Amino acid sequence: MITLDAKIPSGPIEDKWHNHLENAKLVGPRNRPSYDVIVVGTGLAGASAASSLAAQGYNVHVFIFHDTPRRAHSIAAQGGINACKNYREDGDSTYRLFYDTQKGGDFRSREANVYRLAQNSTAIIDQCVAQGVPFAREYGGMLANRSFGGVLVERTFYCRGQTGQQLLLGAYQALEKEIHQGKVKLYPKSEMLDLVKVDGRARGIVYRNMVDGSIHSIAGEAVVLATGGYGAVYYNSTNAVNSNTTAIWRAHRRGAAFANPSFVQIHPTCIPVSGDHQSKLTLMSESLRNDGRVWVPRKKGDKRSPGDIPDAERYYYLEERYPTFGNLVPRDVASRAAKVVCDEGLGAGSTGYSVYLDFRDAIAEKGQDVISEKYGNLFDMYEEITGESPYQNPFRIYPAVHYCMGGLWVDYNLQTTIPGLYAIGEANFSDHGANRLGASSLMQCLADGYFILPQTIGDGLQPLYRDKVSTDHPEFAKIEGEVRDRIKRVMSVKGDSTPLSIHKRLGKVIWDNCGMSRNETGLKGALRDVEALQEEFTTNVNIAGKSEDINQALERGLRLMDFLEIGHLMCRDALERDESCGCHFREEHQSEDGEVLRNDDNFGHVSVWEWEGEEGEGKEETRHQEKLDYEVLQPATRSYK
Amino acid sequence: MSKQDAKTTPRHNATISLNLRVWRQERGSSRGEFVGYEVNDIPVDASFLEMLDILNEQLNNRGEDSIAFESDCREGICGTCSLVIDGLPHGPGQCTTCQLMIRDFKDGATITVEPFSTGVFNVVKDLTVDRSALDRVIQSGGYVTVHSGPKPEPNSIPVEHAVVEDALDASACIGCGACVAACPNGSASLFTSAKIGHLALLPQGQPERNTRVVNMVEKMDEEGFGSCRNYAECQASCPKGISIKYIGRMNGDYIKATISGGDRRGEMQAN
Ligand SMILES: Cc1cc2nc3c(=O)[nH]c(=O)nc-3n(C[C@H](O)[C@H](O)[C@H](O)COP(=O)(O)OP(=O)(O)OC[C@H]3O[C@@H](n4cnc5c(N)ncnc54)[C@H](O)[C@@H]3O)c2cc1C
Ligand code: FES
Repeated sequence: MITLDAKIPSGPIEDKWHNHLENAKLVGPRNRPSYDVIVVGTGLAGASAASSLAAQGYNVHVFIFHDTPRRAHSIAAQGGINACKNYREDGDSTYRLFYDTQKGGDFRSREANVYRLAQNSTAIIDQCVAQGVPFAREYGGMLANRSFGGVLVERTFYCRGQTGQQLLLGAYQALEKEIHQGKVKLYPKSEMLDLVKVDGRARGIVYRNMVDGSIHSIAGEAVVLATGGYGAVYYNSTNAVNSNTTAIWRAHRRGAAFANPSFVQIHPTCIPVSGDHQSKLTLMSESLRNDGRVWVPRKKGDKRSPGDIPDAERYYYLEERYPTFGNLVPRDVASRAAKVVCDEGLGAGSTGYSVYLDFRDAIAEKGQDVISEKYGNLFDMYEEITGESPYQNPFRIYPAVHYCMGGLWVDYNLQTTIPGLYAIGEANFSDHGANRLGASSLMQCLADGYFILPQTIGDGLQPLYRDKVSTDHPEFAKIEGEVRDRIKRVMSVKGDSTPLSIHKRLGKVIWDNCGMSRNETGLKGALRDVEALQEEFTTNVNIAGKSEDINQALERGLRLMDFLEIGHLMCRDALERDESCGCHFREEHQSEDGEVLRNDDNFGHVSVWEWEGEEGEGKEETRHQEKLDYEVLQPATRSYK
Repeated sequence: MSKQDAKTTPRHNATISLNLRVWRQERGSSRGEFVGYEVNDIPVDASFLEMLDILNEQLNNRGEDSIAFESDCREGICGTCSLVIDGLPHGPGQCTTCQLMIRDFKDGATITVEPFSTGVFNVVKDLTVDRSALDRVIQSGGYVTVHSGPKPEPNSIPVEHAVVEDALDASACIGCGACVAACPNGSASLFTSAKIGHLALLPQGQPERNTRVVNMVEKMDEEGFGSCRNYAECQASCPKGISIKYIGRMNGDYIKATISGGDRRGEMQAN
């Protein structure tokens, strides 16, 4: 059985990180080159961690399924990154960022981690500027800020609508420099398919060369998973089409506990689904809600063109329901409110499942030039996809799956329940509770990668000096064999269903039952439906082509196997968390005006799932709890009214 | 139908058919051929790549090997997608392949689909190519040497608004390689100059400015990319609209750097 020791340092919250660093074991610069560290993923988390560790002197091996590190999904982040610089003198501080994040997450995260994140936030901006990241500047040459949902200060730094791209290029360039100097070895087009443990410690991974299909393994003293989120389980999501859960799921099956799997963020401002052919949903940055106003017609079935509907007949539902935060309520609140008005029949568009995001007033007030300098690329992107111009007609938007707060359980050192296995970035569960605030994932990824992991990993590595295991150890051959069998099995079914068709159906089951609104009956039905899809996959999947070749159907099939399992666990987690909190809206637990009702006495904890049974074979999952201690901030009803 | 017509007459739920001529090349083989496919009932709201998904589903159902092509973000930012469509890298319009919509094509049209292959980008299989040479150009100097750790307060060095915007225009490059695929000479000058231009504009890029430009330009040649002959096809096909003015600036910087030698403080390798 696992033991959950979060290793939270002692002392007042402001001093914990400092105390921890003072007491951590260190690896000296001369010894670092004798350690091999395996990093999987080069999004913001992985690229920043790998380059930092290499610059410290560790021997780093980096794995990605992309052809180059710069393609990781972080590249797509648009809106910005938070840091409590208080440049605007609007009352920002470390405590305020901590408070906003804790409250935004509906009091379901670990205080010590969140506080540390806030403490490290300002250094990220300094670091990135030093690397040459061109953050937006004001006319006087100072860094500019914008505001994001769920907060009352302006603390978001940005590069037009391509902040993730610019931050990732900074980290990617730092990584390329280390590759050039021989401190990092890159394995592109190499997908991790399993984790290798020796004597209970993570000692390596098994991966597939996606070009020739060969299976290999590699050994090291630590494995860092920076593999992003699993939102693509829903099939339709704002994630890139290759984003998947395999790395963290396979680690879970080898003993790494999984925390809060059902906590998934549904982003309120995305381009609505247009048909069954759709392969991904496009996000329109939340920053649009700074100037755009969200509304639906007051009258059901009002088919007039939006411009013809007078103000009195428009229902600005966010402004009416939440006067203080208005259009800038947090994402979970905004998404649910959109669903509610559409379920009531007020939605716009042919499907009735979209709402207007209108810039008419902002353009009238500030002029089209100002709006287009701020949001031009988002307006163009929308027009490219839908064929309609948001300068003339309002955007039509609807919520879509965006981010996973859940992920591998980690302690304060970002180590999972398997010693030597670390998880950083979106792959872990640590900082966003039951709902993440905008612009704080980039912050967390870079805090983890630049500042936290590089200073906590030594503690676990130091005792392993010269204690090396090589891939000659029989455990490597064993796991490689299991991976080959798995591939052979899925290739040999030759049934009638393509992985894509099963994935689409899985996505629909999870979206309908474990999405913006959940209930017991729906979740129980979903568990049965997912089991039926698992059965269909095992007995009737069809994958053509060869396994020793580029085979995108096979890649999809292998990923789908793991999506089917995590989808099941998400529904179980949602079922057993018999309360509402943040993104997790259980219809049975709502207030009279339809807001979430938390139950801190029974659910003031992280749900932590352990895969039981024979290693890699069992099916039963056991639910454990990490009790959350509220030392600094007592949970309060989260109101944005 | 032009883009404009399509916009004025939204035809949601409509479908069209296309005749594709797709380059198929087995892995490890140096030769390939065009294979014809007819794809019917394609929703006009689908993207070009979603049309290829539909075709691949059909191929898989028939037990045939699907067409290998690359994509990831499918929103024009990761630079993974890379098809030459009717002779144009990323097809018609100033966008990436993944941003092309079926509504921009005529019903019944015949469309030729090829990989981004050039002298340097070799075909791996079908429509996928190896673009790692671009990474090696970045490795040779496309960065500012800084470790992770405490750094000076960024507002202590003001940077003009216009300068940052200019730098951002250059660093908007998504590394797709369309510029190379479009250039009759297979030059990577636009790609390389965009990185050099970005860093040369910012105060943080100054200490290594000279060594950076020399190393990157020389690496570009060493990788076998052609030299720039001012065809400007790169700019025309760049989905991010990056201007060839950066090539001019790179050439100027290169000359200055070769005259003045290395950086004043020598190479800043922090080992
Ligand atoms: C459209 C969009 C916009 C966003 N905008 C914002 C924003 O404005 N602000 C904000 O804070 N957050 C934003 N987010 C969220 C944020 O971008 C992500 O949470 C974050 O970038 C995740 O980074 P990461 O490093 O954890 O993983 P990723 O960037 O997803 O990288 C994953 C990496 O892991 C590799 N990988 C995965 N599995 C394997 C495997 N099995 N084998 C080998 N390699 C593997 C991949 O190749 C890749 O390199 C946005 C997200 C989306 C989808
Ligand atoms: S798939 Fe990312 S740019 Fe086209």
